[in-house]
Amino acid sequence: MPAVAELEAAWLEARADARFQTELAQVLRDWVGRPTPLTDAPRLARAVGLARVLLKREDLAHTGAHKINSAVGQALLAKRMGKRRIVAETGAGQHGVASAAACALLGIECVVYMGTVDARRQQANVFRMKLLGAEVREVDAGSRTLKDAVNEAIRDWVTNVRSTYYLLGSAIGPHPYPAMVRDFQAVIGREAREQALAILGGLPDVVIACVGGGSNAIGIFSAFLDDPGVKIVGVEAGGEGVASGRHAASIVGGSVGVLHGSRTLVLQDEQGQIRETHSVSAGLDYPGVGPEHAALARSGRVRYAARTDREALDAFALLSRTEGIIPALEPAHAIAELPAIAGDGAGQTALVCLSGRGDKDLEIVMGEGLIR
Amino acid sequence: MTLSTALTGTARIARAFARAREEKRLAIVVYLTVGYPDRAATGALLRAALDGGADLLELGVPFSDPLADGATVQRASEVALRQGVSLRDCIAEASAVVRERDATVLLMGYTNPFLRYRGGVAGFASDAARAGVAGIIVPDLPSEESAEFDEALDPEGLARIDMYAPTTPDARLARLLPGARGFVYCVSLTGVTGARRALGADVAEFVARVRRHTALPIAVGFGISAPEHVASLRGVADAVVVGSAALDAVSGAPAGRRPEALRAFVSALAAAGKG
Repeated sequence: MPAVAELEAAWLEARADARFQTELAQVLRDWVGRPTPLTDAPRLARAVGLARVLLKREDLAHTGAHKINSAVGQALLAKRMGKRRIVAETGAGQHGVASAAACALLGIECVVYMGTVDARRQQANVFRMKLLGAEVREVDAGSRTLKDAVNEAIRDWVTNVRSTYYLLGSAIGPHPYPAMVRDFQAVIGREAREQALAILGGLPDVVIACVGGGSNAIGIFSAFLDDPGVKIVGVEAGGEGVASGRHAASIVGGSVGVLHGSRTLVLQDEQGQIRETHSVSAGLDYPGVGPEHAALARSGRVRYAARTDREALDAFALLSRTEGIIPALEPAHAIAELPAIAGDGAGQTALVCLSGRGDKDLEIVMGEGLIR
Repeated sequence: MTLSTALTGTARIARAFARAREEKRLAIVVYLTVGYPDRAATGALLRAALDGGADLLELGVPFSDPLADGATVQRASEVALRQGVSLRDCIAEASAVVRERDATVLLMGYTNPFLRYRGGVAGFASDAARAGVAGIIVPDLPSEESAEFDEALDPEGLARIDMYAPTTPDARLARLLPGARGFVYCVSLTGVTGARRALGADVAEFVARVRRHTALPIAVGFGISAPEHVASLRGVADAVVVGSAALDAVSGAPAGRRPEALRAFVSALAAAGKG
């Protein structure tokens, strides 16, 4: 508790400090490459049967995913708090790479925890992290994926709490992390809203993002929650199908529980043990979800759906062929939801958060026999 | 041995500490993961810990994600979960040792399994009190978030024991310790459970700081593995908690000799806490 209280106080103070905000805005512009474009995707729109699809290109942010927004924001906060060391967890490796890059930029020691299963399926990112000067510690416990990396990062943090900052990658964990990560990712929504207004002369009909822990989603959703005319859809990892039990859809297929300091929707058995998850995408392979998403699901403001591995892989190929953009497997789940959106009305304009690029996933996709 | 199931949990805890204080020694709290190394072993191990001089038993409820625990308890939890050990099973183990030995038994576990118990936390509290459980320790449940638990536990006379790390500011101690029940659990160092060579350098100062805010007994845990650790806490704390090192004593012995190995280990610690 003292650690999260210290963090909350530091975050609130930084948030209100114009100098911190100026420094963050400058790094986001000059180093991350913001604003990221909003790309019209007419051939994709035609293929899925929608009037128009706009892609918020977080894949074009430095290090190839939205994770950098929060990583650099939190790394600046860590430096401001006088922490000399940062620990982070990573699933797909995107947050680990972003954390390693931000630490290299600011000259902070970086240790990244990664499940052995994830390290195996994302070897290129393990190499990137090391190249950026981070130490990668593989976690061979539990399901050997993101959840276990979070456990180990938290254990490191509580052990070295005086010198160490825990750079949590998603909108999960104890307060203030879900709110703070949302704040740092809200730049996606602010930009997308302004860009959509400029391109469309109005708001999109529907905003869609993939949801694992839910950081890119809460970032883009946050700008549209108060627009009653805008439908919002979060897409979880359906794995081999929610009915199969082998999935990572905590909202669609979970129940209320406590995991990693959040009371939220989690995947659990009847005894309250956290279940092992499955998804083709390591970044969505987490048995819980940010508590704000659980609240938005309960209030009905956001509709949550699940798309299977197969549907995500097909969408991965579809976006590559129609627009010349290879998405990460995570946002491929959001693309996979588009035909269902079209089913509600073909005349709609959809805004999709393309949270990351697919280079990291090529080996997995090759293994799935998508291209012969 | 007289049975005293009529005693409330908090009264049971007070009695255990009063006995140790009268005998001018540190109370010994022994933690064991229920179902480790196997389901059938737990009963004999709990009795062995009592025979060795344990004043309180802490029964570990296995959880899939034991955030506050180091490698030893994590592995023990995985072994227990593979055998399907549930919170209900832990209450049954507690009930057996309370009936047989009038022991003071705490359950140590994580928030989620308590929430999922049949009838929720209230259902748990009622079953646990009936079994003679004295209280619970839930490391991922801060006092600031514990209202639902306390409302269920208080009427059943069960104590919720809070853990405090040495980084806790005085203001938080001052705010929370007046509401503490049973005893106060001071964590010897920043970090997770697990046997260590040396305790944190500032333990004595930390315990003294906590004592300024409470009249309850104070137990020190995390990292304690050897008689010298216990001896160094005489005159500082009222009790020591030993967990990972107790599990190591169990797993380090051949299958047939585990209870004896644990009894000897606990008895060495208890001896170091005297005088």
